[in-house]
Amino acid sequence: MNLGRRAALFVLNHASLLLFAAVACLFAVQSAAFLRWDNFVNILIQASSAAIVATGMTFVLLTGGIDLSVGSIMFLSAAIAGKILLGNGSVALAFAAIVGIGLICGALNALCVARLRILPFMATLAMLFVARGLSLWITKTRAMNLPDLVQIGAMRIGGIPFPVFVMAIVVLAAHITLRHTPFGRHIYAVGHDPEAARKAGIPTGRVLAWVYVISGACAAVGGLVLLSQLGAVSPTFGAQREFAAIAAAVLGGTSLFGGRGNVLPGTLLGAVLMQTVESGLNIINANPYVYPLITSSIIFLAVLLDCARHAQLQQMKRRKIRMESGAAA
Amino acid sequence: MSSIVSAHGPASFPPASSEGTPILQCEKINKSFFGIPVLRDVSFSVRRGSALGVVGENGAGKSTLMNILGGVVRPDSGTLHLDGQPYQPRNPADASRHGIAFIHQELNLFANLSIAENLFLDSFPRRTLGRLPTPFICRRTLRNHAQRLLADVDLRLPPDLLIEDLSPGERQLVEIAKALALNARVIIFDEPTTSLTAHEAERLFALIERLRAQGASILYISHILGDVRRLCDALLVLRDGEVVGFGPVADFPIPRMISLMVGRDVERLYPARPPVARGPAVLEARGLSQPGVIHNVHFTLHAGEILGVAGLMGSGRTELARILFGLDPCETGDLLLRGEPIRNCSPRERIRRGMAFLTENRREEGLLMDASVAENIALASLSAFARSPLRLLDFSAMNEATAREADRVRLRCASIRRQAAKTLSGGNQQKAVLAKWLLASPAVVVLDEPTRGIDIGAKHEVYGLIAELAAGGAAVLFISSEIEELIGMCDRILVMRQGEIRAALERREFDQERILRAALGEGDEP
Repeated sequence: MNLGRRAALFVLNHASLLLFAAVACLFAVQSAAFLRWDNFVNILIQASSAAIVATGMTFVLLTGGIDLSVGSIMFLSAAIAGKILLGNGSVALAFAAIVGIGLICGALNALCVARLRILPFMATLAMLFVARGLSLWITKTRAMNLPDLVQIGAMRIGGIPFPVFVMAIVVLAAHITLRHTPFGRHIYAVGHDPEAARKAGIPTGRVLAWVYVISGACAAVGGLVLLSQLGAVSPTFGAQREFAAIAAAVLGGTSLFGGRGNVLPGTLLGAVLMQTVESGLNIINANPYVYPLITSSIIFLAVLLDCARHAQLQQMKRRKIRMESGAAA
Repeated sequence: MSSIVSAHGPASFPPASSEGTPILQCEKINKSFFGIPVLRDVSFSVRRGSALGVVGENGAGKSTLMNILGGVVRPDSGTLHLDGQPYQPRNPADASRHGIAFIHQELNLFANLSIAENLFLDSFPRRTLGRLPTPFICRRTLRNHAQRLLADVDLRLPPDLLIEDLSPGERQLVEIAKALALNARVIIFDEPTTSLTAHEAERLFALIERLRAQGASILYISHILGDVRRLCDALLVLRDGEVVGFGPVADFPIPRMISLMVGRDVERLYPARPPVARGPAVLEARGLSQPGVIHNVHFTLHAGEILGVAGLMGSGRTELARILFGLDPCETGDLLLRGEPIRNCSPRERIRRGMAFLTENRREEGLLMDASVAENIALASLSAFARSPLRLLDFSAMNEATAREADRVRLRCASIRRQAAKTLSGGNQQKAVLAKWLLASPAVVVLDEPTRGIDIGAKHEVYGLIAELAAGGAAVLFISSEIEELIGMCDRILVMRQGEIRAALERREFDQERILRAALGEGDEP
């Protein structure tokens, strides 16, 4: 492999870090307020929910799949929790229901993808509509106000804001699972080549099933954090969060082609980067109509880089028939 | 001296010495695919600690035989014994549990994982808490185990390195280390040296010697007959799915190997082609080179001519075809179509200028399997049926034309407009592809393995169609791994090896052994 190609691959592999540095520098030059500590903490708090959902998404993307249903799962679990709280149920019960709903929806996705062999895109698209439809039915499309929850959202645990605390636990657990358990390494193997993974004796069906369950659970927990910050469930709760989650994961270097990426630092960095852009634009008083344009161009850039990297790797995979003289052994 | 024993083959083979016990015994293995037999009563055995070379032409049944041993396919009949026990692998994982490791030509490693992870993918060492196991991988043990295995194959690399950073030779050593991790008793090598440098190949041979000394048994498939003679102490020669030679390697000097591999009767399979004067040059390649793929390829293809390209698997035949059709890049050299340079044209532009390409991979690249046969036939000529000014398709003209071409290639199917391409037999699918290109009436046709996987009757018809194409003035480049069909069909034959054209033979010089020798690199043509 020649040096130029290695360098190109290095840049492509570390694109998220480079982008992050560039964005931070840009805003720091524009406004001194951007560099303040409380701004940074604020960014972390705001990014928590998205980072948690994106963490689950990373598991799915690593297998080469996709989970479009996470936004709706957030809504469904929050709606049911809201019903429980309004019916004078305890907060603990509501939280347990949230996680439970996430696991159930994830398990249904898993069933469709791993057992019924429905394409992940279609299976989770169906779940998107089913869960959102159910939630609208449950809430009668009316907003539910849950002011008690805001207290939890504002709580500090050991000096750490509640959303950041939950995010830290989820991200760390995900990182350890991916990096330090056989299951985690099997996810990478399945994402790289499912057929070869099957031949290597990896239970590919079980691996696939679990990533959707994990994604569902992460979506629900992300919804829980968001709920605790907003204190209300509106009919647009969690809408289009699937795209924020996919964007954060891809920005963090997770490949849509499967087999490449990580949660720490990748996905966390991606989620924080997205929030940084938004917060930076806020601080420099940018025109609000520009926000989506800028966010979408960053996502576009991330996907473009992912494709460029994939093309590079494919080229390296092409079989050589003859050894050119001077080629490194 | 010889370490192979008891030939269970046909009685004409004298049993070799009967010392020692066989680790692997195959008796009367039969296998057919879609009614076409690919293995017929194959019997042989491998002694513990010996190396058995397996040679034969492409399509002789070597791969199928190894796939049966490796649990990829199951035999129709016959028995296998491993170390005296009946052995019936249900799948590749089962085979590796029994201690049979298969080092494929295309390595089965995960490039996104480290060396150590690849070695222990299904048996990660776990961390323990006191005496309780935890679900976490113990990286230190993993690294230590990996290091030990890497030392066994003499690969001095940190086990945390990702596979994608390794050279092909290094990857192969990792694959062998994986076999060692499974305590493999029998290791099957399938063309292990095709992507190795000479130095890496030497290292591999030394390692194979060492593995044998430690008691492993080797099955070594290769087209490089010199290597086989050097490494192996016994030899199995296959031809058309049958054992035509089995015994100590000393009994098989290279010329005998080659004559056993090729010797077969040719039926009247090929159409008579009256000699015609060579037409004008249509396609000219001048010094085409692409680093790592092909080197300095020169040839001229004339109208009405069938030019054969012979070569073993991995010699660059298919790659040359893809470059000629513009599917793969080509850095230097000129390619002229009727005198006009086309090296930088897209495949679409080349089709427009009269080129056609029949791919070796009919199912994935040659046909739209779910579309109807008629749609497939019309595909390359759609714009000819688009009527101005709106460029709408003229379906009645198109249906008439597709029906005519289907008739011409004697395509057998109930309805070309209602039947999907995937419902056709292999031979009829290939005829549909031919019909597609006939309809486009190309000036140059590149055929890559046009008769692969089709039965003898369909082959006969395909040969007739190819001859018809040439008689109609098209220039045909005929790529095939079956030397015999090239001899039957072609006016001239080019022989490729390692991405270069090593020999060019005129019809009067055609000789199966001579071509195979040039393809193998045994005694180069000048």
